[in-house]
Order: sequence, then C-alpha cells, then structure tokens
Amino acid sequence: MSDRLSGNEAVAYALKQINPDVMGAFPITPSTEIPEYFAQYVADGEVNTEYVTVESEHSSMSVCIAAQAAGARAVCATSSAGLALMYELLYIAASCRLPVTLACVNRALSGPININNDHSDSMGARDTGWIQIYAENNQEAYDNFLMAMPIGETPSVRLPVMTCMDGFITSHAVENIELLETEVVRKFIGEYNPENYLLKKENPLAVGPYDVSPYYMEHKVLEAEAMKAAKARILEVATEFEKISGRRYGLFEEYRMEDAELALVLIGSTAGTAKAAVDKLREDGVKAGLIKIRVFRPFPGEELARALANTKAVAVMDKSEGFSANGGPLFAETRSALYDLKERPYLIDIVYGLGGRDVKTEDIEKVFGRLANIAATGEIGPVYTHMGQRSKEENA
Amino acid sequence: MATNGMVEIRWHGRGGQGAKSACLLLADVAGLGGKFVQGFPEYGPERMGAPITAYNRISEKRCTIHSNIYYPDYVIVVDESLLDGIDVTGGLKEGGAIIINTPSSPQEMRPRLRGWTGKVCTIDARRISEEILGKNLPNTPMLAAAIKVSGVLDAERFLVDIEESFKHKFADKPEVIEGNMVTLRKSMAEVQVG
Amino acid sequence: MIYAKDINERTPWQELTPGGEIYEPGTARLFNTGTWRTNTPVFHEAACKHCMLCVPFCPDNAIPVQDGKRLDFDFMHCKGCGICENVCPFQAITMVSGGAPNE
Repeated sequence: MSDRLSGNEAVAYALKQINPDVMGAFPITPSTEIPEYFAQYVADGEVNTEYVTVESEHSSMSVCIAAQAAGARAVCATSSAGLALMYELLYIAASCRLPVTLACVNRALSGPININNDHSDSMGARDTGWIQIYAENNQEAYDNFLMAMPIGETPSVRLPVMTCMDGFITSHAVENIELLETEVVRKFIGEYNPENYLLKKENPLAVGPYDVSPYYMEHKVLEAEAMKAAKARILEVATEFEKISGRRYGLFEEYRMEDAELALVLIGSTAGTAKAAVDKLREDGVKAGLIKIRVFRPFPGEELARALANTKAVAVMDKSEGFSANGGPLFAETRSALYDLKERPYLIDIVYGLGGRDVKTEDIEKVFGRLANIAATGEIGPVYTHMGQRSKEENA
Repeated sequence: MATNGMVEIRWHGRGGQGAKSACLLLADVAGLGGKFVQGFPEYGPERMGAPITAYNRISEKRCTIHSNIYYPDYVIVVDESLLDGIDVTGGLKEGGAIIINTPSSPQEMRPRLRGWTGKVCTIDARRISEEILGKNLPNTPMLAAAIKVSGVLDAERFLVDIEESFKHKFADKPEVIEGNMVTLRKSMAEVQVG
Repeated sequence: MIYAKDINERTPWQELTPGGEIYEPGTARLFNTGTWRTNTPVFHEAACKHCMLCVPFCPDNAIPVQDGKRLDFDFMHCKGCGICENVCPFQAITMVSGGAPNE
C-alpha cells in the first residue's frame, strides 16, 4: 500500500496497526505528533489502547514499566529532555527485563536549548540496556517500529527497544512510504504472551526486588547475555520481515562497500545524503562507500570490523558530541571494533550536524577528499575534529 | 525542469500563511500521481509572522538526500514583504523561476529581486483567495501557480489528484473542497509570467 | 520455573531469574532472621489472657495464633526487638539477654 507520510505519521500508523495495550503519553517536540495522532485513533475507536496521559516523561515511562510488568504491551514516544527525564526508568525497564517499545525522535539535548536534530539524547541513553535501532527515513522508522516488539519480546532477549529517527529531518518530512496491510502487521507482531506477569493469578510475581551484592552481578550478566542474544534475534526478525515486506535489513547497511577504499560510518538521515555523495564520487572513479549503522545496541563490532577490513581510510561521523575529548560515541565503538584487525584502516572522527546544523552532499564530498588525502599520504592529521561550525581557521 | 529529472522547490512564507501545509500538500499530491517526493519545513521556534522556509523535491526515483535545498529550480514567495529582508533568489538556478504573491506585475517586481535575470511570475493570491474562499489563504493559489509555471506535474492530473487528497483531508467539511478547486483553476489561469 | 527456595548465594548466573523476578509469594518465610536476635522474648503462658495485642504489633509476624490462642514465638523469624514485651498488659512476655530461645 503506497502512501506519503512523515516519519511521525508513519510511526503513529504503525502503532495503530499494532494496537498496543497501553500508551504512556507525554508530548515533547519533535515527537509530540506521535501521541497526538495516536490519540485521534483512540478517540475514533480505531484501537482499544489504554491511553494514559501523565505529567512528565518520568511518569510516561513508569506507566509503561508498570503496564508491561502487569502483562501488557506498552509503548511510548519521546525526544531530548524527555528521554533524559526518563533516564532512571530506562535502566529499570531494561533491568526488570520488560520489553517496552519507545519511539525516540532524536533531538539535541540542552543546552543551549534547541529543538533540532542530533543524536545526543539517545546516545546518552546508549548504556541503559535498551536495544537501539536507528532509521534513515520514514520507511525505516515504520519498519523498525514494527520489528521492535518481535525482537524485544523474545524470551531469550526480553529487553526494551528504542527505535530512533532524526527529529524534523525524518519526523516531519513527508516522503513516499510503503505500508503493510494491518492484518499482515498483526500476524507478524503476534500476541504478547509473557510467561510470567503481575496479573497472572496462577502465579503471583514480584518484579524489581532489591538486589543485594551476592546477586546483582549475576543479574547484570544475565542482562548482558540477553543483549548479546539480541543480535541474532534482530537478524531473524529482519528475515521474517523481509518475507512480508520485501525490504531487507541487517545490523548495518553497506552501501557500495564491495571494493571501497574510502568509507564513512554514520547513523540516520545523513546516510541518505551521503549515499548521493558516494554515487557522485563513484562516477568520478573514487572507490567510496559507506556503512550506515542501523543497530547501535547491541553494537555489531565484529561484523563492522569485517566490513571495514579492506578499506584504507575511514571517517566515523558522530552526530553527537560525547565530550570525552577523545571523539564521539560511534567513533569509540568503531575504533574499539577495529582493534582486533591485523591491518587496520586509518580512522578519523568527525562530529557534525549538532542541533540541526544541515549537512549537504558537498560536505560529505569534502570528508571523502580528506580521506583520499590520508590514504594517499599516510598523514592522518588531527583524529578528532568537528565539521560545519564557523571558525577562524579553515576546516574540513 | 531541472537536470537529472529532479525538481527542487523552496517556499518562503510567514508562520500562519500555510506555506508548510502547501508544501506537504504538494508532496502528497505529487506522490499520489506516482512521483517520488519530499516535503519538509525548516523548523525553528516558529510563531505567527516569522519567516519560514519549506522545501519540496519531486523526482522519478527515490531521493535519499536529506539536506535543505540550496540550489532550487523554483522559489515560491507566499508573502511579498519577505523580499526586503530575505535573499529569496539565493541559489535559484538560472533556468528556474520565482513565483511571488503580489498584485504587481512581473515587470514591477523584477527590480526588487537583486539582479535576478531569470523568469519572474506573479499572482495576486490574496485577492483570489479572498474573492473565492472569503479569507486570505494564499497558499492554495501559490500551489496552483507553482504547478502551472514549473510543469513538474501535469496540470489536469494534478487537479484530479488534489481533489482526491482534499476529499480525504476535508472528509468532515466537504463544502470547502469546491471553493478550493475553483481557487486552483482560477490561479492557474491568472498567474503572470514575465 | 526457578523458585526462590532453590536460589542462594552460590547459585550461578545461568540459574537466576531474569530481572531478579520472584515467582512465588511469601518468600520471607524462607529467610531465617532469627539468627539476628541478641535479646529473646520469653512467653509466660500462665499470665497470658490471649488478648492478642502483641500479635499485630510484632513487626515480623513471629507470634503464631491458633484457635484464638497465641502460641509460643516463631524463633526462626523473631528478631528480638522487644515490642511485644512493651505492649503486653499482663507481663506475660519478658525479654532475656542472648539469642537462644529459652527452653
């Protein structure tokens, strides 16, 4: 079914098709439209979701945690400061092994206060124990959301899933989209049948008990193992999804990487812009390619190392500033992943696009120009730089 | 039409005039007609009257570029007063056109366009919408003018598709559809090209 | 299903429940808090009128009741706090030093 929808409309529509049991709803730009559109579906009786309006994101996530523990399928949407206000609850959802689904519409996390896109909100939540899947466009935002529950609810995984899309760039842009039929979606998602839940009268359950030191470490190992298990499950679900949609997804997307010597590693909508730049460079005979990370948690380290093994120079592009003074979070992961390779490409980090700073194909071409120079001379220059800011000095 | 089959349009308007809505409507209608489309506004802390920008890409294959548009084929100015403060022709491609909402003629407008030598089109969107719709809703006339001038969509097909889109959008108040359709047709007839 | 009674501080992580979930009620019963006791109540049955005032005051639910009469303390769970001695109107409970139940 072909349509034209914005990213937010697409996720709201996915929610309508899924018909979850509970939504914890609190608005924040640019994710507001998701609960807004969904409220209309509730009001029109198109879903029978318990729509719980609350006074903060701390509470919307609390609603989801409680509902999921009770045995319901719970969903939520937020951005930026809203995600930050959920911070404690994100850990609770994950450590209680409650597969809540959250649509994160990425927006810069203050300050100075800003409503536009970067990944600082979800990157700040990268170590909370949530699976994180990022979208390049409205189609992927829709598809990823549909795949979230079959991944998170799997007994061997049992982890919450955050599907992320770029605020405004994806959430508010209308583009063509292929939607699945609702019956197909419902069959794909299936019923949520946890083995144990609070409202199961046959066996009373305690969720989230105090954990003393003799047990805490073991529970964290269990959680870490679940995150490891998620990788295989994500691929399994992608295979099942391909059968109903014809659209193929992996842990990351390799674009023109077959013989690429110069490559980018990046996340989100910029990957689309970069693909156009890669196409242009390929026409000029440059062996350019890119890897778009789709699944950031669990991080596909070994797979990424294999995919980059034959490149000469790689630029990791971070759309968040981690303030490590040593590069952004995607760079840290990528560099760590490459450590075990016998021969490693040159690797630089470019922090870009913060707070909605636009990225043009020309900007990406310049990055490839820098990579070509590094590959040719072996002179790597500064490893960690920023791109797109006004500066007295010339920069890449 | 632009090179490589993709048409890029930049809208300039003020918060509340419907430039964003017209941009998204154009994307919807062009998509309905079988094109690959993008329609997206540039967001900030918007308020009534503040200058805003919105963008369309329309092509035969899916466009993956998600940057703003810096070298548009067409520029649509929904509010004439924006000409004084904003470089609306900035980056506008030589073979392209600017379409301005004004009671003035293209010849009268040209001196205000900072040396722009390409096509200038004008339409009195305010008058047309006030006459037919009874309100100053300039975005529908501007959309019609853009279709006429750019030829990015076949005009007759566009009218059929947009009526379909209106039926969906205004399911609760079908009485507004006819007025909008009359407005579109009149605007296509009245746009002046110079 | 993994039950709390089968879990202890030597259980490997593979045999713990996800999220530390506990699948049965009343697991406090399994926990021998009687070993924490440094003072011990003595129940003088002859003085007791079975008014039942001590029972709800006991924070550890360590005073069993059967057929309208209280029984001797549940020393597996009594922590020896002495609240029962304080609330008893009939001096039917006295605290003695040491953790061992007075036979």
